[in-house]
Amino acid sequence: MAYDLAFARDVYKNSEMGHWIKMCKQCGVCAGSCPLGPHWEHSPRQLFQLVRAGKKEEVLRSNSMWMCTSCYNCIVRCPRELPITHIVHGLARYAVVHGYADPKQSTHRFASNIFWPNIVSTGRVGEAMLTMRLYFADGLSAGIKQGLEMKDSALGMLKTRRLNPIPLRGKIKGFAGFKAMLAKAQELEKKREAAA
Amino acid sequence: MEAKKIGCYICTGCGIGEAMNVAALEKVASKEQKIPVTRSHPYLCGAEGVGMIRQDMANEGVNALLIAACSHRFKTDEFQFDTPLLDRVDLRDKVLWVQDVASGDATAKEDLQMMAADYLRMGSVKLKKMEPPDPFQDAGFSKDVLVVGGGIAGLTAAKEVAATGYRAILVEKSAALGGMVARMHKVTPSRAPYRELEENPIQALIATVEGDSHIKVYKNAAIRSTLGAPGLFDVTIHNGDTLTTERVGSIILTTGYSLYDPKKLDARLGYGVSPDVVTSLEFEEMAKAGKIVRKSDGQPARRVVFSLCAGQRDANHLEYCSGACCAYSLKHALYLMEQYKDGSAYVLFQELRTPGQGEEFYRRVQEEGGVIIKGDVEKVEKGAAGGLRVQIHDKLLRGHEQLEVDLLVLATGMLSTVDTSDPNNPSPVGQVASEEAAYVLNLDYRQGRSMPELKWGFPDSHFICFPYETRRSGIYAAGPARRPMGIAESITDATGAALKAIQAVESVARGAGLHPRAGDLSYPSFRREGCTQCKRCTEECPFGAINEDEKSNPQFNPTRCRRCGTCMGACPQKVISFANYSVDMIGSMLKEVEVPPADDEKPRILVFACVNDAIPALDTVGRNRTPLSPYVRIIPLRCMGSMSLVWVADAMSSGFDGILLMGCRHGEDYQCHNVRGSALAENRLSKVSETLNRLQLESSRVKMVEVNIMDADTLPALINDFAAQIGSMELNPYKEF
Repeated sequence: MAYDLAFARDVYKNSEMGHWIKMCKQCGVCAGSCPLGPHWEHSPRQLFQLVRAGKKEEVLRSNSMWMCTSCYNCIVRCPRELPITHIVHGLARYAVVHGYADPKQSTHRFASNIFWPNIVSTGRVGEAMLTMRLYFADGLSAGIKQGLEMKDSALGMLKTRRLNPIPLRGKIKGFAGFKAMLAKAQELEKKREAAA
Repeated sequence: MEAKKIGCYICTGCGIGEAMNVAALEKVASKEQKIPVTRSHPYLCGAEGVGMIRQDMANEGVNALLIAACSHRFKTDEFQFDTPLLDRVDLRDKVLWVQDVASGDATAKEDLQMMAADYLRMGSVKLKKMEPPDPFQDAGFSKDVLVVGGGIAGLTAAKEVAATGYRAILVEKSAALGGMVARMHKVTPSRAPYRELEENPIQALIATVEGDSHIKVYKNAAIRSTLGAPGLFDVTIHNGDTLTTERVGSIILTTGYSLYDPKKLDARLGYGVSPDVVTSLEFEEMAKAGKIVRKSDGQPARRVVFSLCAGQRDANHLEYCSGACCAYSLKHALYLMEQYKDGSAYVLFQELRTPGQGEEFYRRVQEEGGVIIKGDVEKVEKGAAGGLRVQIHDKLLRGHEQLEVDLLVLATGMLSTVDTSDPNNPSPVGQVASEEAAYVLNLDYRQGRSMPELKWGFPDSHFICFPYETRRSGIYAAGPARRPMGIAESITDATGAALKAIQAVESVARGAGLHPRAGDLSYPSFRREGCTQCKRCTEECPFGAINEDEKSNPQFNPTRCRRCGTCMGACPQKVISFANYSVDMIGSMLKEVEVPPADDEKPRILVFACVNDAIPALDTVGRNRTPLSPYVRIIPLRCMGSMSLVWVADAMSSGFDGILLMGCRHGEDYQCHNVRGSALAENRLSKVSETLNRLQLESSRVKMVEVNIMDADTLPALINDFAAQIGSMELNPYKEF
């Protein structure tokens, strides 16, 4: 039934920062502030209104949560001071927990799945390995083709030292601490989800 | 008063002394105008300059002051003396500061000198024609205040009047005090942190009012007649079988609002489809009674749609916003969620208007889980399981959705309760009406028994500039009787109106004018022998101050008068004048301007400017140092409504080449302080071509423009273009005569 609040109430309770969604006043400043806005299926504003309208499928199948680059523009500008970036990441996690966002069907989810081990293995992003994994996911020839397409961008980034060409790099200083931090965060998250 | 002895004081400060030949100006005053005491001072508004004037008043017997310095709008405290005979000649703002003499050009200097001399002449004549006003007095003046309507605004007004030591008389039509607010459960927050509903304050307020010995309360009462004028209102109150007449000084109208009839709403809103479609007030009363339930079957109402702006901001119903329903409906959503923890409140809005601290309350309702949707109700049907099936248009998601709910609550708008619909039905002058009919006050005005309307049936005057004022002097409107508003605003309003009402009785007691010429002690005097009973003054007075007797003789009510002079401008016989403002005075002033012979090729342009808007705008032009044509001579008028056509003829026959009139904007969004002074002037002016034709002059020599107080940027071009236009015409042939 439309506007049944059961889904919304579950999101308020169980999605990280989800309770903030009820405070949105639909002004649309987030939608206008998002640099990737035109590429989202739903702007944060729409996503939040869909939650209130009880549109579970539309919300959890949206690509929007996976498009966020955490630039924090929306958080800075939200007149109601909603932590929009965090709410959106919370909704992504909520979708995963509820069996949505299958990596086989969602390129965004897939990208996030290769990003995570990449950064966790050394404590820093290995750009070369990350792009290789991404380009060659669809097979060898597709990978070469995509790589050649992006050649100029890659050379430009190399020149301006925005890309390290060595695929395997050493770990960051204090790597053990970094690992411990992640383990603790995961433990807390599991505990929270178990309690819910 | 002893014989008038004028002293002329020329300030040479602010650059006046350097730019003008002050000795020559002194000569104009002393030799030409024969002013017995003439002095100049380099800093006239300083202690020494003012002291010099005081000394002359004490030692030389000077009792009329001509102060030639800056605009009359500045240094008003410094130039305040113990005489009603004072005129300010502006040599700085409208002369020195608008003439470009920096180049040292001899012609420019000469023009400046001529200009200054002309203003000095005009001021001198004005002062010679001026008599000290004799304030209107009546032994029967009352300082009591009548409050009509005993709701939250009326109770507050009565309480505030009494708290300042005045007596209030409160008239309530029903059997109990409290009005609409008494029907409410709780009220929206008025205190920090603006999140909690508050207990209804009305019972405590009623107790305060009923226990106050300064307040006399009539319940079950209506007003049969309101005769007279401020200070002298005789109000006949019909109460049961008795008629009581009370004399009061001023009146506060707090009759509140009535609600728009929900049966008239669009069918899509579903009123009448089921008992489960209710108005906000019905929901409020349900909450007050205790249980929020479906009206159809008494089941708990857990899911409720609140639809705002029902028949409001809608060309087919009420065109305006009632201003209070947004917060009112959010309160209702909170009632619901407080009663049912699993309740679902949906608020459908057009624009959610919760100004100021209302935002905190809006946040609170969201925190509690209220769902706020921009959208409309499209269709209402009875629901499958009782209750309702409501189709809404969600404008945020651009979708149409069906909701199964228990109640639909419609926020209907506020209507005026003041009769403003019958402007042409005057009661028999000076008689108590035989019944109350539909009138709140049953006024005794030539213009009718009802209050003049501003818009949409509300009796407000210009609501931005002059809150609480109505077009009936000494009668103030507050709360939703003035315009739609909520409780907090009504309380502020009532307090403000109470102060206006007290100010009115005090001003009347001193014989002083009310807004906009507050404190003016003059009032129109009338030479009965000259009157031709043409009724122009009685018809045109914007405040209905002049009644008529059976023979159409005007009957002035001096305490209703706002001193605008519209009657003076209207009178073709010139029989109406003020001690310090008359047709003769202005006519003599303009004749005193020295018109150069045609050979000099220096035209003269007369500007009549309204003191309320045009004159301040001209002062700003001066402050901006924007040059104006040196041929312009400005005469301030109390209001364009006081403009007499005689002056146009006088100016033309005196050799002026053009006349420019600067009045306020008129029409629907008028800005005239006296409602329609400028409109009347324009109407009179339409007949001026007749006069000009008689003189064989082009009618384009006379032009009227609308000037706003903010127009300092566009005003110079307006004046200079007109001057150029006049300059391009043949000069007025009457100069030679």
